[in-house]
Amino acid sequence: MPTKSLTFLLMDAPYEQTRTATAFRLMDAAVRMGFTIRVFAYEGAVSLPVTQQKPHPNALHGRNVDEEAHPVPHVWVRSLMQRAVEREKPLDWVNCGLCVDERGATEVVSGVRRGSPADFWKMVTGTDNALVIPTR
Amino acid sequence: MSSYVLIESRDPFEGRGFGQRCDLAAALVVHGATVTLFLLENGVLAGRGTAQAHELEKLARHGVTLLADEFALRERGITAGELAGHVKPASLDALVEELGAGAVVLWN
Repeated sequence: MPTKSLTFLLMDAPYEQTRTATAFRLMDAAVRMGFTIRVFAYEGAVSLPVTQQKPHPNALHGRNVDEEAHPVPHVWVRSLMQRAVEREKPLDWVNCGLCVDERGATEVVSGVRRGSPADFWKMVTGTDNALVIPTR
Repeated sequence: MSSYVLIESRDPFEGRGFGQRCDLAAALVVHGATVTLFLLENGVLAGRGTAQAHELEKLARHGVTLLADEFALRERGITAGELAGHVKPASLDALVEELGAGAVVLWN
């Protein structure tokens, strides 16, 4: 039986919505359960894999960088892709090119590729199911 | 038989959309579909036994499966014992399984 695949469309920019964390929890579960994952990042979501994101300390609460353990979405992207490779089901992550240009989100995690909404159409037509996680 | 999962991620008490989507779930069941309502994020607030979310009681009577993300429940300090009897805690694995089985999944 061939591996099933799922496509996710993300739209939220990092550090904005709980939806982003939930989306990564969902995709992580899907990888763990043996699905091949495809991701199309649209609008603000193209900034999720941007490698310039940095964790920071929290002076107000007296915590250093390690203690603060601030979430860094590009690390989530890299970890998810690495886990998928370990399971021999590489994750295909496509950033919308126009959205990338608008935001200057060009320095991204290795393996993330540039595409267009046509790539999302190809993903959807070639996958077992798709979930669109819209902005509000 | 068609299968649908309606995800409710928003606070059900901040607008009328929750009730309208519950109407949609009930209508899908009437037309022969299998429907699950999956409460995520602030949507789990509707699942508390003390919440005045009568729409969920109605959906349970229609045969809609009502699930609440156990992670979102923990984040909000809601124990399984505080859920209404017709709402069951579930992991996101259940949602992934529905996706894998071909259910139409709508995120709200």
